[in-house]
Amino acid sequence: MRSKSDYILRRIAAAVGTLFVAVSMNFLLFRILPGSAAVSMARVPGAGPGLREALTREFGLNHPLYVQYVLYLWQLVHLNLAVSFYYHQPVLGLLISDLGNTIPLVLLGTVFSVIFGVLTGVVGAWLRGSVFEHLSVVPALAFYATPVQWLGLMLILLFGSVLPTSGRSDPFLFNPSFMQESLSVLNHLILPSLTLGLVLYGQYTLIVRSAMLETLCEDYVLTAKAVGYTKPRILRAYALRNGILPVISVIALSAGFIVGGAILVETVFNYPGVGLAVYNAILNRDYPMLQGAFLILTVSVVLCNLVADLIYFRLDPRIT
Amino acid sequence: MAAPQIHELPSAEGLTEAPASSPMAKVWRAMWGNKTAFVGLVVLSVLVILSIFAPLIAPYPINQQVGQPFSPPSAHHLLGLDDAGYDVFSLLLYGMRISLLVGFSATVIASVLGTLIGVVAGYRGGVIDNLLMRLTDYFLVIPLLPLMIVVADLWGATLFHIIAVIGLLSWTMTAIVIRAQVRSLREYMFIRRARATGASHTRIIVQHILPQVMPLVVANTVLNISYAVFTETALAFLGIGDPSQVSLGTMIEFGFQRGAITDGAWWAIVPPGLLVTIIVLACSLIGRGIETTFNPRLSLAHLSMRRPRLIPGPGASQNSRAGGANGTSA
Repeated sequence: MRSKSDYILRRIAAAVGTLFVAVSMNFLLFRILPGSAAVSMARVPGAGPGLREALTREFGLNHPLYVQYVLYLWQLVHLNLAVSFYYHQPVLGLLISDLGNTIPLVLLGTVFSVIFGVLTGVVGAWLRGSVFEHLSVVPALAFYATPVQWLGLMLILLFGSVLPTSGRSDPFLFNPSFMQESLSVLNHLILPSLTLGLVLYGQYTLIVRSAMLETLCEDYVLTAKAVGYTKPRILRAYALRNGILPVISVIALSAGFIVGGAILVETVFNYPGVGLAVYNAILNRDYPMLQGAFLILTVSVVLCNLVADLIYFRLDPRIT
Repeated sequence: MAAPQIHELPSAEGLTEAPASSPMAKVWRAMWGNKTAFVGLVVLSVLVILSIFAPLIAPYPINQQVGQPFSPPSAHHLLGLDDAGYDVFSLLLYGMRISLLVGFSATVIASVLGTLIGVVAGYRGGVIDNLLMRLTDYFLVIPLLPLMIVVADLWGATLFHIIAVIGLLSWTMTAIVIRAQVRSLREYMFIRRARATGASHTRIIVQHILPQVMPLVVANTVLNISYAVFTETALAFLGIGDPSQVSLGTMIEFGFQRGAITDGAWWAIVPPGLLVTIIVLACSLIGRGIETTFNPRLSLAHLSMRRPRLIPGPGASQNSRAGGANGTSA
């Protein structure tokens, strides 16, 4: 029998291990793949061999690979993610302000999708065989199958005339008060987070529904029925908690998918978050930015997974 | 749920003895018998046939302006014209061709890789299993779309590279599912007998294990197709697509980049997305149908992009899987 702290330590060790592999891969990908950043940088039109050599030395590319790796780790420990080719500013600062925009968007979308998904999932399981089951499952399947970016465009087509479709807030507000500014920001969040929420909720519906169906077949639910508890009481006190449990691990496991969705949503709505930074980095061939954004996204997802693991552990005493 | 020993009793049904009819035959029966799976199969087949014969069906060439840009749908142009005056219906047929090509080829890579890793890890166990599962865990946690973006962007976004990137990075789910199945299969009586009579490992894997895991491989493959088609549109939308090819993804991207929305030209942007949704739905229905036939307890859970690590450890989940399989045959 393993102790609790042992479990927690193992999870943390696993997360640290994953992060280390992610960091190393982040280094390797940008060095080894053909057409890597350093090579393309020296490919300025009309550049002589001198420029290439200077660049190579400046970026430390004349060192053997393992020295470069150590240097990279060393800089990383000091939170140096290099300087953006395009903006000529440190990548980390740029990305942190982007992250500040992405987090509200992702949170809002996820909260919406979880609430909506759990509700429709429970309804789908509880009213099995009725019209409501189809009303819960069919839209869930449809939204689950919809490409994120396309759904965003469809929402723009439908609501573009009433709601803002681009940017973080209205740039033409004249000397706005804090209230006005916040309202504008919230207004700009509606469509992007709705898009993200809609593509995410489907899978939660389906998972909650199947977990609930399974729970409703358990012996203790049957016992509760036999004892004569009312349906709502069984649902509230016995079935719901167990039915919702898997959602936590599913949210964590879909963190990677949420991040992918955020990139697409931010691109569609021109919303200045990490996702848009990825898109712009691709457009501008801004490799330090791309590398930094990839690192930040990976770290966030790994951390989310760790947190979810620990919450799950707290909620479900059966885990060892 | 059945306790593990039950499978060693000679009277136990299902997978205990070498099965009478092959699992693949069951897959076909599952598809014919399951209403939703059948609908999915018909829809997917129609789309595949349409895209194979795209050059014969398409009314206009796709590299030539045939009218006023953004002309609305008419009798001549069923779905109107796009920003360059190309016929949207023809583009759709050719685009579906590329999207399905990416979907199917990437899936072949992912399924072969996933099955290989799953079978080796599950069958060998020990250190190899441990290492392979660490690798799988890693790919399960890492956000795949950003990784694909980075790799495809650095490698150069040609059609072949995109297929390879999607295929090489999306084998995880298949590997996990197959490994769990193989691990439980390994302990069945008919495998043990085969080993006792001196069958080599290769022979056991090819003759006994692979046929048994085939239904799961097929189910995962079909689900993988939808994932690959989905990912192709996402990559194309971010500008990582082969500029010389029209796919459903690049059609959505062009609609976005070239003002179909602001011009109100919905016909240039609604059809490709709708078609992707239909392809993904059809694949989900097929995959779900096969899986529920082989494990009714799974119900709809597999439709998540990534399967939840449900509460019990690996041992317990194997039992539930085996129990479900026995349940169907009983």
